[in-house]
Amino acid sequence: MTSELNKLSVSEARDMLRKREVSSREITRACLDRIAEVEPRLSAFITVSEREALEQADAADRRLGSGDAPAMCGIPIALKDIYCTRGVRTTCASKILENFVPPFDATVIAKLRAEGAVFLGKTNMDEFAMGSSTENSAFGPTRNPYDLERVAGGSSGGSAAAVAADECLASLGTDTGGSIREPASFCGVVGIKPTYSRVSRYGVIAYASSLDQVGPFAKTVRDAAILLRALAGVDSHDSTCSARPVPDYEKALTGDVKGLRIGVPKEYFVEGMEREVKIAVRAALKHYESLGARLVDISLPHTPYAIGCYYLVATAEASANLARYDGVRYGFRAESENTDELYNRSRAKGFGAEVKRRIMLGTFALSAGYYDAYYLKAQKVRTLIRRDFERAFTNCDVIVVPVAPATAFRLGEKTADPLTMYLSDIFTISVNLAGLPGMSIPCGYDGDGLPIGMQMIGPAFSEETIFRTGDAYERSRAQAKRPTKV
Amino acid sequence: MAIGLEKYEAVIGLEVHAQLLTRSKLFCGCSTAFGAPPNGNVCPVCMGMPGVLPVLNRQAVELAVRAGIAAHSEIAPHSIFDRKSYFYPDLPKGYQISQYETPVCKGGYVELPAKDGEEPKRIRLVRIHLEEDAGKNIHEADGSLVDFNRSGVPLVEIVSEPDIRSADEAGAYLRALHAILRYADISDARMEEGSMRCDVNVSVRPRGTEKLGVKSEIKNLNSFRFVEKAIEFEVSRQIEILEAGGKIAQETHLWDPVREETRPMRSKEFAHDYRYFPEPDLPPLRIPPDLVEAVKSTMPEMPAERRARYVRDYTLSPYEADVLVAEREVADYFEAALPGLKNRKAAANWVMTEVLRAIRESAKPLAEAAPKPAETGSLLRMVEAQKISLNAAKTAFAAMCKSGKGAEATVAELGLAQVSDEAAIAEVCDKVIAAHPKELAEYRGGRDKLFGFFVGQAMKAMGGKANPKVINELLKKKLAG
Repeated sequence: MTSELNKLSVSEARDMLRKREVSSREITRACLDRIAEVEPRLSAFITVSEREALEQADAADRRLGSGDAPAMCGIPIALKDIYCTRGVRTTCASKILENFVPPFDATVIAKLRAEGAVFLGKTNMDEFAMGSSTENSAFGPTRNPYDLERVAGGSSGGSAAAVAADECLASLGTDTGGSIREPASFCGVVGIKPTYSRVSRYGVIAYASSLDQVGPFAKTVRDAAILLRALAGVDSHDSTCSARPVPDYEKALTGDVKGLRIGVPKEYFVEGMEREVKIAVRAALKHYESLGARLVDISLPHTPYAIGCYYLVATAEASANLARYDGVRYGFRAESENTDELYNRSRAKGFGAEVKRRIMLGTFALSAGYYDAYYLKAQKVRTLIRRDFERAFTNCDVIVVPVAPATAFRLGEKTADPLTMYLSDIFTISVNLAGLPGMSIPCGYDGDGLPIGMQMIGPAFSEETIFRTGDAYERSRAQAKRPTKV
Repeated sequence: MAIGLEKYEAVIGLEVHAQLLTRSKLFCGCSTAFGAPPNGNVCPVCMGMPGVLPVLNRQAVELAVRAGIAAHSEIAPHSIFDRKSYFYPDLPKGYQISQYETPVCKGGYVELPAKDGEEPKRIRLVRIHLEEDAGKNIHEADGSLVDFNRSGVPLVEIVSEPDIRSADEAGAYLRALHAILRYADISDARMEEGSMRCDVNVSVRPRGTEKLGVKSEIKNLNSFRFVEKAIEFEVSRQIEILEAGGKIAQETHLWDPVREETRPMRSKEFAHDYRYFPEPDLPPLRIPPDLVEAVKSTMPEMPAERRARYVRDYTLSPYEADVLVAEREVADYFEAALPGLKNRKAAANWVMTEVLRAIRESAKPLAEAAPKPAETGSLLRMVEAQKISLNAAKTAFAAMCKSGKGAEATVAELGLAQVSDEAAIAEVCDKVIAAHPKELAEYRGGRDKLFGFFVGQAMKAMGGKANPKVINELLKKKLAG
């Protein structure tokens, strides 16, 4: 029995823990054993905090024994290495933060800690969340549990792979242009990027502040709903965080989608997409019709401009956000004779190639004489993209589209050509620009046995509808989860 | 300084940074108290740790609104914060959160004290905006250190139009601004402690022309006096260059207070492209009209109004009024001493000489350097009632400053009460005349100058406490025989 505890879902584990059928230490031990078993092949983690995890598990067991059992109490999860964790190294997969130990917890970490969650460790990612494959990590790439020669997706590849490989019950990622949804799709797990402002960003290392959002990876939609409820809510440390009350998302999981209007934008079923992806998503849409939902043809005409817009807005913000890594106060410091050298050498040696590329792109976009043509224009396009969605949602309740044009690609396949890599996010990026919630859930496998994901997008703060839509599919058509190959 | 000034006119604009009187920093809860040990007032936010976010201090916003109201500015109902990017070790995030295109206050003016017989001049403002301060680099023999206690301290930057025409006027503007900031409890505006700082933009142009000349910016000015000296130096320097047929370079200069000259900074030190863009971590700043009204209702009488009232109601000269209103506590002291006094001009003179001297000589704040204003009022009423002489009052005041005792008690203790009793004084006068028959004969023989001798003898005999007016009258009669 114990050997299988790491395969539990969060909701199963929660119920068993509350009934005292199992201890948090047993589940945590099972996860740690699984981590020890598969990590040499998978590389989903940068840091495993075994001692702290077991202490947290024991504390959770004492708390559960006293009858105090918040939803996440005793549940072992993994954290993308972008969350500041007090006393535990936080690298953002960068050499420049290789030995950085934060003196404080991110707000979501503090919330989960207060609920008694168990933190197994910090997962691999693209450096500073810049990438779509977790190949841009100073610690080497994470591999896809369904094919170790393929990428796990990115930037939250480690968190997605860890859930898929049952190294943990669930995990946290962040999503700036698809960094939760794309790896969720590639690894065959559920991942949601909530509405911008739904979850506090305090203590989450910033990439692009107006786009970054925190979200969970889970094995089921229900688990994602449980986690989001624990994460969401107002934060006095984040003035962009919404004060809207947080619903009990689990209550939205009725299984009923009768009368639901599902928007199908023509711009998301394009030439060049992998045929099997298109077929799988079409089949899922048909299934929704059989459940009583109605399909509505819609248009999001500014979709083709989303990637260009994103790479101006995101890199501009990143160029300022990453200016603090200067070798003065913390992190990597190169040997130098004077201040200019200190900056130049620390940043030249501390940052990886993709991070430098984006800092330069953003610096250029904000430079005197170029600001209007690039940054300002991109902000205007962003408004148009937002309006596309507003218009679409007058005719539908939720939009269902593929997450990515293709399934997981081979390691190294796209690293030589950044533009091809950027196109992996073509179906996810608009959602960040518009600040909307989007969820990826598995909807089949391609001929190579690789998972295919579909994405459901809703209006701002419509997470309940999204969860209901995803859950209805999952409970009525879920194919048996295929075993991973790790 | 006068070289060329008949031919050229100086055009000067000032950028003043003032630290707001908040208890905590602009974007975090750290204390703003002066004098903490290095890096004693810091947290992850003001140290620019990864992942931290700013949260705006409401009190700082209210103080910026106060500054806007005090300077007759328009308060923007909607403004945003921007990031100003540059690398410097004392700037932890690599950018400063400031306001660029939409400052919290637009326009406005500062009124300078009127020169005798002239209308008061107004220096118009471009804007007042909120921003955070940086830390401080400390260079030592074996390396450099950074103290982040100031990092994130709230500032307003007050930018004037180029309305200033001389070093004196720049000084007057700074003194007027200083008074406004202190009156309204916006900033303690101490240049020595760095809670008020000033950068100067200077250019010159031929008199009678409108087109602005090429300007230079002067930094590192930490006293009013340095600002004035630096402007004088810079104006002369620019005129000399133009007169020699040269061109002014647009550059930034540092004031060297030891050599009393400005010298250009290396171009690298200021050739910045700050790459401003809107701060995504802060929502737009909205200031509803009711907040502006609420702040307005708590504004005290400002120095320009007070100055006008003193001239109008107390018949003080503009100069006297100006000296009194320069510091709010001095003007408050003056007014608190007034009740029951008929001669307000005399009271004004007393405050300007005796009270200000007490502050200067003790180097203490007013509340510790001088007696309570009611006691000074009481002392001055004794002078008006001729119970003591003006000289005796000065003696008493000096003693009161040290002892902290009241006016009545001090006058009694030192035996300074004036004798006005005619019978007593007459008796002394008779004795003095009787004791100096030779002088009496000479006086009566026409040596009028000896009158002073008799007054002196009588005053001496009475220990200096006799009412001089009474002595004078009695002696005149008695000596005449």
